Amino acid sequence: MKCRKCGEKAVINMRQHKLALCRTHYLDWIPEQTQRFIEKYQMFGKDARIIVAVSGGKDSLALWDVLHRLGYQTTGLYIGLGINGDTDYSAKSQYLSESFAVENELELILVDVAEEAGATIPEASKLTQRGKGKPCSVCGLTKRYVMNRVAQERGYDVLVTGHNLDDEVAVLFGNTITWAVGYLARQGPVLEETSDGLIRKAKPFCRFYERETAAYALLRGIEYIYAECPYAEGATSIYYKELLNQIEDGRPGMKLSFYLSFLRAKNSGLFDQESTIAKSKLVKCRTCGQPTTAPDQCAYCRTWDAVRSRRDVA
Amino acid sequence: MSVRITLRDKEFTIRPGMTVRDALKQVGIQPESVIPTRDGEAITDDEILRDGEHIRLIAVISGG
Repeated sequence: MKCRKCGEKAVINMRQHKLALCRTHYLDWIPEQTQRFIEKYQMFGKDARIIVAVSGGKDSLALWDVLHRLGYQTTGLYIGLGINGDTDYSAKSQYLSESFAVENELELILVDVAEEAGATIPEASKLTQRGKGKPCSVCGLTKRYVMNRVAQERGYDVLVTGHNLDDEVAVLFGNTITWAVGYLARQGPVLEETSDGLIRKAKPFCRFYERETAAYALLRGIEYIYAECPYAEGATSIYYKELLNQIEDGRPGMKLSFYLSFLRAKNSGLFDQESTIAKSKLVKCRTCGQPTTAPDQCAYCRTWDAVRSRRDVA
Repeated sequence: MSVRITLRDKEFTIRPGMTVRDALKQVGIQPESVIPTRDGEAITDDEILRDGEHIRLIAVISGG
């Protein structure tokens, strides 16, 4: 197969776009498309102070690389979760994130959950009912909280994450088959900031297939954590991704079409009522002051207070 | 006459002469979920498998 732009040997074929590209043109195409998405969804301007959530994985490091190449002012944020086990998952992820920052002369903020909150994510998951023994729920809650708080305290304009189209479509699929309209109302390329403390969030890679972000990292020579999080095995999101890839195989472009059709439906007002209800419910947590829909303490403070009190008793 | 295809800790042996895409389907791997590489270079899945070579697949699905 040949590159559509120059006729050289192609390294990737994107069936949903009927587009095959060589290495050189692919490495140009990804930043061009990223810039197009940033403008199309009005994510941020050239002067914005951007904080990039970096996990050491392919998506977040590729995103940081692309934004840096496009000339944006970026700082990375790495959250140490204390997930090690057989693969040294967190230690390696941190090392790769730090190496990327050093090589590209970029600033990286490190937050260690155990130092900050008093336990690693695996330890915390054993001390709380949340997630029923699986760490993913506590992990997601903690990451969302830390990202918002750090971005807000340090005065960043926008928090960007490396979510790709497969991530977005898996979430969309899960929320559609359960008609979770409250969650559907909050999904999109941009989540606007709120006056009560939720930072603006953007996903510049939301229209790239996961295979495309991985190919970019590979072709750019970005070293990322290849091992899967040890707790991801059997995750529902991976199951949905595999199902959706089966459909994509027979119907190239189905994943992209599902996502874009959803965005059109959302823009036409399909979820406006749920969106208004969700926004009107936000109040300040009495412990930390961060916004929450809970009447008293936010889920983060409730969970981690319980973890610390059970740890102290044990 | 064989081609070795590896994905993480799994290994498959395939006969040469078919495309990467057909080989992936034969061993039950979704082409959308991997990037095939030959000698460390990414290749498209219409490439014909050559006798004696090793195709390393890079897994792309992550999540949790």
